[in-house]
Amino acid sequence: MDKKILDRIAQVGYEEKEKRSASFVQSNDGVVESTVQKEQPLVLMSTGAAAKKYPELVKKYWWQAVKPDTDEFTQATAGATEEHGYFVHVKKGKKINFPVQACIFLSQTGSSQKVHNVVIVEDGAELNVISGCASEGEIKDAEHLGISEMYIGKNAKLSFTMIHAWTKGVKVRPRTTVIVDEGGTYISNYINMEGAEDIQMNPLTRLAGEGAVCRLNSVLVVPKGCNMDVGGKVFLEVPDTKAEIVARTICLGGQAINRGTLVGKAKGVKAHLECHGLMLSEDGYISAIPQLDAITNDAQMSHEAAVGRIAPEEIEYLMARGLNEEEATATIVRGFLNVNIEGLPEQLAEKIKNTIDKFSYEKAL
Amino acid sequence: MLKIENLTVAIGDKQVLRNINLEIAPGETHVLFGPNGTGKSTLLGTIMGFERYKVVSGKIYFKGKNITDLPCFERAKLGIGVMIQRPPTIRGLSLRKMVELCGAKAEQVDKLAKTMEMQNFLDRSVNEGFSGGELKRAELLQLMAQNPEMLLLDEPESGVDIENIALVGHVAKQIIQGQGHSALIITHLGHILNYVPATHAHILYNGEITCQQDAPMEVLKCIEQSGYSACVAGKCVVDKCASCNNKLCGR
Repeated sequence: MDKKILDRIAQVGYEEKEKRSASFVQSNDGVVESTVQKEQPLVLMSTGAAAKKYPELVKKYWWQAVKPDTDEFTQATAGATEEHGYFVHVKKGKKINFPVQACIFLSQTGSSQKVHNVVIVEDGAELNVISGCASEGEIKDAEHLGISEMYIGKNAKLSFTMIHAWTKGVKVRPRTTVIVDEGGTYISNYINMEGAEDIQMNPLTRLAGEGAVCRLNSVLVVPKGCNMDVGGKVFLEVPDTKAEIVARTICLGGQAINRGTLVGKAKGVKAHLECHGLMLSEDGYISAIPQLDAITNDAQMSHEAAVGRIAPEEIEYLMARGLNEEEATATIVRGFLNVNIEGLPEQLAEKIKNTIDKFSYEKAL
Repeated sequence: MLKIENLTVAIGDKQVLRNINLEIAPGETHVLFGPNGTGKSTLLGTIMGFERYKVVSGKIYFKGKNITDLPCFERAKLGIGVMIQRPPTIRGLSLRKMVELCGAKAEQVDKLAKTMEMQNFLDRSVNEGFSGGELKRAELLQLMAQNPEMLLLDEPESGVDIENIALVGHVAKQIIQGQGHSALIITHLGHILNYVPATHAHILYNGEITCQQDAPMEVLKCIEQSGYSACVAGKCVVDKCASCNNKLCGR
């Protein structure tokens, strides 16, 4: 693999393939890596190859969670002549100990990268995916359309960590739907600390089986010149499902819209949304838009949203304990970004922590 | 240890403290009485160096050094520590990490927390959802780690139940009993004085110190029975009040 690509995708969580149970890398429209470690009970390949090999799965899963006619981006991707993206399949009861890593890289000016990802975790199975998307260099007028369909079976668990690092000139339109069956768990972490010039996404999680649970965490940094409209939507479709959304947005002068939508459609559902924004710049804005829809009388749903600058009394409080102003500010920023991100391998967690530490100190100075 | 000379302090355009003179020697514990809104917390905050309190004139010396213009964190490093009334929540910063930032070694934190009965709070965000008593215990836990020579306590018993007052009192005493340590304590009801033996008392009234005595419990009794205004006007109604004793409070 080209060193330039390797260096860049390393920034979105890519590690040597020996440390992962399987690795997939797509650069523009070409697959440059697709390896499953020996004896790992899972399938990983490009979606196009999977479609040829498993026509029965195509019938059951392809374009079922995301309908092709959802919008112009899903239409364009569904209508593409070749199918790109990754396919991960874990069969019933199989627990994958090490994460699967899947990276999509974009570097061509004027290109439209259309990606269709399908992830299937069958009943009782467990999978951890680290998905990094990055672009590099002077790109103009490029777009990345990423359709992801994920199916989590009964009592199955999927941890899905998505790290984005987009450069200027790329329009990003991910379209994701996750369906979680009875007793299943979906944990999603979305981390974007480099910003994106133009990104819009509002992934949907459908808790479709009793007792299904999801937790969506996001950490967003929005620098000047960035326009980021990022959200998360959960439908609690059956009784006793639970959802939690935790979003942290830091504005460094760009425009951020942070949406969170919880829809309680059945009895006994519980859901909470926490959406906090921190303004670290005189310019830019954060718009936090939490929405709760309850259709039954016993839904327990709540939200808290807060946007603001760092409170001077917090800085002062830490200064009274001996921290100087920069250290105090950095400590508060780091705390703000410290969401309980679950399911990360130690190394990646450490890396994210270091990025947050570095970022916090830089911004404080 | 701490010497305040002719200190006048404003918040914004409003003068809150006028011509304050106060001296606390090593080993002394002083109490500051006074009605709500009279400037007691402002005085503590000014000693700590909080930015919203502007020193209009006068000087503050700590251990012989003029600290009037020093930023808050440098005063903390010199050995001043404060328990404020309503500490803010710092989300995502665990109490454990906070105690370490205050100067405790990582391996000491659990032991300190045990003293303060705060073991179960160490991995929670600082002050997030803490009750009145928990807030005070968390503050004292940090102060134990900081171990300041000059301890400033702003109403350590407010919002605290009786059992917790005993705990807060014992630990405050422990910090103050360090070699040559001093304290300045704001209290309304004086419960803390049952645990922390105070040596001197002051009444702050309308932004001025109007009574300075070396018998805190007597002053408290005087205030309880006569009220602040009578006490500072020397019109104490307590028969043979040891605090006034016809010497008249006030200057």
